[in-house]
Amino acid sequence: MEGTERVFERLVRDHQDRIYALGLALTGNRHDAEEVAQDTFLRAYRALTAYPPDRVRDLKQKAWLHRIAVNVVRNRVRGVRPRLVELNGSEPDRGSGPEEDVMRRAEIDELAARVACLPARYREAVVLRHVQELSYAEVADALGQPVGTVKANVHRALKMLRGDNHGDGDD
Amino acid sequence: MATVMIDLKRLGDVKAPAGFAERVLAQAGMADSYAVFETVLGPVYVAWNRLGVSAAMRSKSAAEFEEWFRKDVGRELLRVEAPAAVAAKIEDQLRGKRRLQFDLRGLTPFSQAVLQKTLEIPRGQVRPYGWIAREIGHPAAVRAVGTALANNPIPYFIPCHRVVRSDGVIGNYGGGGPEAKRNILTLEGVQLKRLETLARSGLRYEGVKSTKIFCFPTCYHGRHAREENFVFFHDEAEARAAGYRPCKDCRPAVA
Repeated sequence: MEGTERVFERLVRDHQDRIYALGLALTGNRHDAEEVAQDTFLRAYRALTAYPPDRVRDLKQKAWLHRIAVNVVRNRVRGVRPRLVELNGSEPDRGSGPEEDVMRRAEIDELAARVACLPARYREAVVLRHVQELSYAEVADALGQPVGTVKANVHRALKMLRGDNHGDGDD
Repeated sequence: MATVMIDLKRLGDVKAPAGFAERVLAQAGMADSYAVFETVLGPVYVAWNRLGVSAAMRSKSAAEFEEWFRKDVGRELLRVEAPAAVAAKIEDQLRGKRRLQFDLRGLTPFSQAVLQKTLEIPRGQVRPYGWIAREIGHPAAVRAVGTALANNPIPYFIPCHRVVRSDGVIGNYGGGGPEAKRNILTLEGVQLKRLETLARSGLRYEGVKSTKIFCFPTCYHGRHAREENFVFFHDEAEARAAGYRPCKDCRPAVA
């Protein structure tokens, strides 16, 4: 099982930022983001130890982790509304130097909170497409939805974020 | 629409918090946590995981400990605040209560056997290297026992300082040199002077006249006997010839 442990360690190091960012965009705060990201990797670890070696080798890691993370978020207690942004308590980012000012962090948190207020089906679609920059095909695969549905949901999410809540009008 | 998309892209540039990967690896059982603990021996760096304590060292700095651990044990390491529960167990262990479990994965079966056997030596007592070798079923491997103990990743807790040379020399010690070994043994109540005086005269065993049992000189079976009731022996044959049998606790010879 030594091989699995090596694979897993690389998996965590390669994808930790991406999955944490996904957690932040989907939950709207850094505390939940870390929980989601940890949960995602631990599920991935349990799965890896159970998979036969060739399945581990052929795994499309990025898509696979996104699918797990989306499920982790979906399975969290329903009805929990995103909490207000925590202004203290969370740890600094890796590699955030002194030049990363408090303003930028606050802006990010505010944006994440706004995204988290979107209805789940719009939020998942727009986050995977425009935050994580997956292709429509990859998003459709991760969410288990047709491409057309994903495109429509992304579009509606962008409209809502722009502050245009008046149906599917122009644009 | 365009500015919203640029903003969203920035959201994707967020980095995971410091130590995130190590915390995940620790939860998966692939990285150890460590902290520095204040003990009777001074500050000691201790690493542990789900299976138990995996390493301990009186390092000069956290960096030195981390470097040694990664090289010697080969796992990731995550610094945490010293948890009170672990601190209490560590204190008890150093006082002689056995509350800690140990993770000896990664060591050879021989080294594991040596260290497990060393754990059986009670506080305040010492045993020769040859005793460990015989007890684990490799009576000729005395030198190998010395090597295994010299590379003990968890000194103080696995009491390799309680293993001494049969000629009475206290010997060297990976946990801080011969002086540290003497200090710890004295702290544990070993009468080093008596032990060394005996050893210099070539006397390895003590017998108690009333019981006709012979022991290693630090065995607690002799603790109540008056000094005039002790007899001392150079070797097993001499003791047996005098009608003495080996102690069943410290097992100075096969019964």
